[in-house]
Amino acid sequence: MAAYQPVGIGFVATLRRDLLLAFRRRSDFFNPLAFFLIVCSLFPMGVGPDPKQLAILAPGIMWVVALLACLLSSDTLFRSDFDDGSLELMLLSPSSLYLQVLAKTLAHWLLTGFPLTILSPLLALLLQLPASGTVAMMLAMAVGTASLSFIGAIGAGLTVGLRKGGLLLSLIILPLYVPVLIFGVGTVQAAVDGFNYLGPLAVLGALLALAATLAPLAIAASVRISVDN
Amino acid sequence: MGSPRWYYQISGQWLPWIAIVTVSLLVVGSIWGLAIAPMDFRQGNSYRIIYIHVPSVFVAMSGYMVMAIAAAITLIWKMKLAEVVMKCCAPIGAGMTFIALLSGSLWGKPTWGTYWVWDARLTSVLILFFLYLGVIALYEAFEDNISASKACAILSLVGSVNIPIIHWSVEWWNSLHQPATLKLTEESTMHPDMLYPLLIMIAGLYCLFALLLLLHTRSEILVRERGTKWVKELIAAK
Repeated sequence: MAAYQPVGIGFVATLRRDLLLAFRRRSDFFNPLAFFLIVCSLFPMGVGPDPKQLAILAPGIMWVVALLACLLSSDTLFRSDFDDGSLELMLLSPSSLYLQVLAKTLAHWLLTGFPLTILSPLLALLLQLPASGTVAMMLAMAVGTASLSFIGAIGAGLTVGLRKGGLLLSLIILPLYVPVLIFGVGTVQAAVDGFNYLGPLAVLGALLALAATLAPLAIAASVRISVDN
Repeated sequence: MGSPRWYYQISGQWLPWIAIVTVSLLVVGSIWGLAIAPMDFRQGNSYRIIYIHVPSVFVAMSGYMVMAIAAAITLIWKMKLAEVVMKCCAPIGAGMTFIALLSGSLWGKPTWGTYWVWDARLTSVLILFFLYLGVIALYEAFEDNISASKACAILSLVGSVNIPIIHWSVEWWNSLHQPATLKLTEESTMHPDMLYPLLIMIAGLYCLFALLLLLHTRSEILVRERGTKWVKELIAAK
């Protein structure tokens, strides 16, 4: 007979482990941030340094680049666990897989989405985003990137067993990112135009509520398939 | 019932009938729509593209629904036939979506003056096309049919949850960016002389989808079951 275990123990243990691993190997943590910074600063060189034009493009550029940063980093979400066999142990463990993948996704957001949110005012400054949009950008980033982590984790779970996962991941995940992109940019745009931005922000929150409850089911199922394969 | 062998035999009996119905509907519908139906007083002859465009959009969307239902059956009851149907829906649906996009942009040139506008419906259909491509790519990436089917089943279910959200958010985005979008004439206000051939074409394209799905699933079943006795007997008999 297995001893009684509190429901959340797998959740806390997985979250702790993932954060600790990231802390020990910091390049995984800095790479998405550096990507965000570098790609955002490429845009002025591509479209020209005109501050007015940049101000118009800034919300879209920042969101698209944040989308790509989340996408690229979600490829590694299950990769090392799959390679060293800890993913199989997660499947075998008595605690619920739903909570464990929820913890992994939360850790992923804490390590990518959250730092991107912190970094976004700096990028907003570089890209000449009007100051009225900065707070909205941070709020939208915080909520939106969490949804991105959940959606990305589904793709990561589906492709983790495949050798060439990276490009395939972007093909299957990017179309699903569209609503977050639209409402993320919508929130910032509303704030810049001087409107109340709580509406689109609330929609981002609704998307997150949906993703946080339903996505772990899909992530858990996809991880099972990849390990069985 | 539901076994690949049973399906192969029964679909072989349906095949000629569906083929006859499909060809007659498409021939009647296109001759009626392209030659006999009256010209639109505002758009001239270019409106006739809707006889291809509207049916292909319908079928493209229903195709995803068929795929998602087959995906649910695959995951819940692990039915082999549903796996095959799901896999075969994707390329046919992607093809229909492509036809819808192509005919839409060809219609857009004379009507809107440009091949592509970021209209809400066009954008939704484009994303539907991407979703189909994702499913096809994911299936091809797996070497093993069973894992591929399960993975694609999850992806198509996730996609089917997302399609209404994507559609609705694109509508929202579109109303934000371009308030005045040209709209297709509502179906209900169409003159019967124009409407009937359209209905025939819609029915015809649905039948074409069924026909292609039957043909594709039948060949897929033969490939998958090539090791079994009944397929070997079938080949020996030919």
